[in-house]
Amino acid sequence: MKALFRYFSSIFSAFKSLWTGMRLTFYYLSHPKTILTQQYPENRKTLYIPEAFKGEVVLIHDENNEHGCTACRMCEMTCPNGTIKITSITEETEDGKKKKILDEWIYNLGMCTFCAQCIEACPQNAIKMQNTFEHSVYDRKELIKKLNHPGSKLKSTKKI
Amino acid sequence: MILMIGFKDITLWIHQMLSGYLNPGWVVASEALLVGLAMILLVVIMAVAMIYMERKVAGFMQLRLGPMRVGLWGSMQAFADVLKLLLKECLTPNGADKLLFSLAPFVVLTVSFLALAPFSFAPGLQLWDLNIGVLYISAVSSIGVIGILMAGWSSNNKYSLLGGMRSGAQIVSYELSAGLSIIAIVIMCGSLSIHDIILSQSDGWWIFKGHLPAMFAFVVFVIASTAELNRAPFDLAEAEQELTAGFHTEYSGMQFAMFFLAEYTNMFIVSMVGTTVFLGGWMPFHIVGFEAFNHLMDYVPSFIWFFGKTFFILFLIMWFRWTFPRMRIDQLLKLEWKYLLPLSIINIVIAAFITIMGWHF
Repeated sequence: MKALFRYFSSIFSAFKSLWTGMRLTFYYLSHPKTILTQQYPENRKTLYIPEAFKGEVVLIHDENNEHGCTACRMCEMTCPNGTIKITSITEETEDGKKKKILDEWIYNLGMCTFCAQCIEACPQNAIKMQNTFEHSVYDRKELIKKLNHPGSKLKSTKKI
Repeated sequence: MILMIGFKDITLWIHQMLSGYLNPGWVVASEALLVGLAMILLVVIMAVAMIYMERKVAGFMQLRLGPMRVGLWGSMQAFADVLKLLLKECLTPNGADKLLFSLAPFVVLTVSFLALAPFSFAPGLQLWDLNIGVLYISAVSSIGVIGILMAGWSSNNKYSLLGGMRSGAQIVSYELSAGLSIIAIVIMCGSLSIHDIILSQSDGWWIFKGHLPAMFAFVVFVIASTAELNRAPFDLAEAEQELTAGFHTEYSGMQFAMFFLAEYTNMFIVSMVGTTVFLGGWMPFHIVGFEAFNHLMDYVPSFIWFFGKTFFILFLIMWFRWTFPRMRIDQLLKLEWKYLLPLSIINIVIAAFITIMGWHF
């Protein structure tokens, strides 16, 4: 008797769970505003790209054209593809200390897999991922970008 | 005025016109040719409509738009696909059994076309009023599995063979409950002829007239026929992820297109069987007692009723496909042999009892 009850209750629970799924898909079918697809080239003006989309690496510059990169090369070492090349120059400050200063932050977009390990590795939070995505160019060389703006300086940290 | 002209008059007019020009033998031959062309045209138009519908339904259910680029709202996509398949080479693998390999798509498609013969699309629009119509359809449509097995075997590909064998196991099992669910209605109706079954539903469709057994038979029929069609959630024979499309992995070009067309034709046939047996064929929807409503329903042409109901069942099958996950082979056989078959046999007993007592309307 118990087995018979289990037999029929399994049928009813099966129909119940199937109906739950069918109701959801019918809701999607009957509510076209739930559609996520974007008709890309046509809707370029109203295109919505999520903020967290990993499009390219940028070096954050503030309004005084100052960045946070201390040329520690952590990102260069973390990068699995050798996308990042950092060159630095040593400068002598007034009090006679030698200091490493960022010369060029070279980013090869063509080799980047957008894993964002460089962003995690950066101790200064100087770089971030931007959600721009229209990167096509006609020459491969144009993909090699210099990320530090011309004339930019290291952000002056407060001395204790 | 247009409504007064039935399909019977049109067919009679064609027959008289041909008889005026040709001798009787040639009249039959040319009529057979015309009917064949009409059937091919119907199947192709329906297949295009179904493919477009399927892709749109799939898209909307998965939060996509479906085809949008070719034509207005992607309406020309199916034609573009057919054109592409026509231009592609029909490749035969090296180790394949050449004869069987090239024969299999024709067998599958021929079987689908054979099953179209006894259907009645509208009053007077029937190719062959066979006195065992329902039996003929279920008998012929199960031959299709031979074509699928041929395709799977001759491809010389282990995935194709697995797909073909699975398809065989599946169709052989589910043929039973699909047949038994139709028999429940045949018991109540007392005839196997498609024409008689439709006429017996002039005062109400069997799904309403037959009380609970008819509704249960309809549910079993939809499940079993979905399985017979090798469509999700029963698409083990194709199973893109594990068998890379199963029995038609090695087919390309028009040979693949024939499998595709046969699949959609089978889907159309199954929906038409469901419409004819359970949903009243081309009979309009009537509610006993509401005379004004019934007269209004009578004004809708009968072939619109027929194709409307057919597309309703087609939509049900598509809805299943894009909602349910695929079953395992053991779950598939368990569903048939432990649930559908015993319950359908009990259902037939109840249906017979109701018929003997005369409880159905």
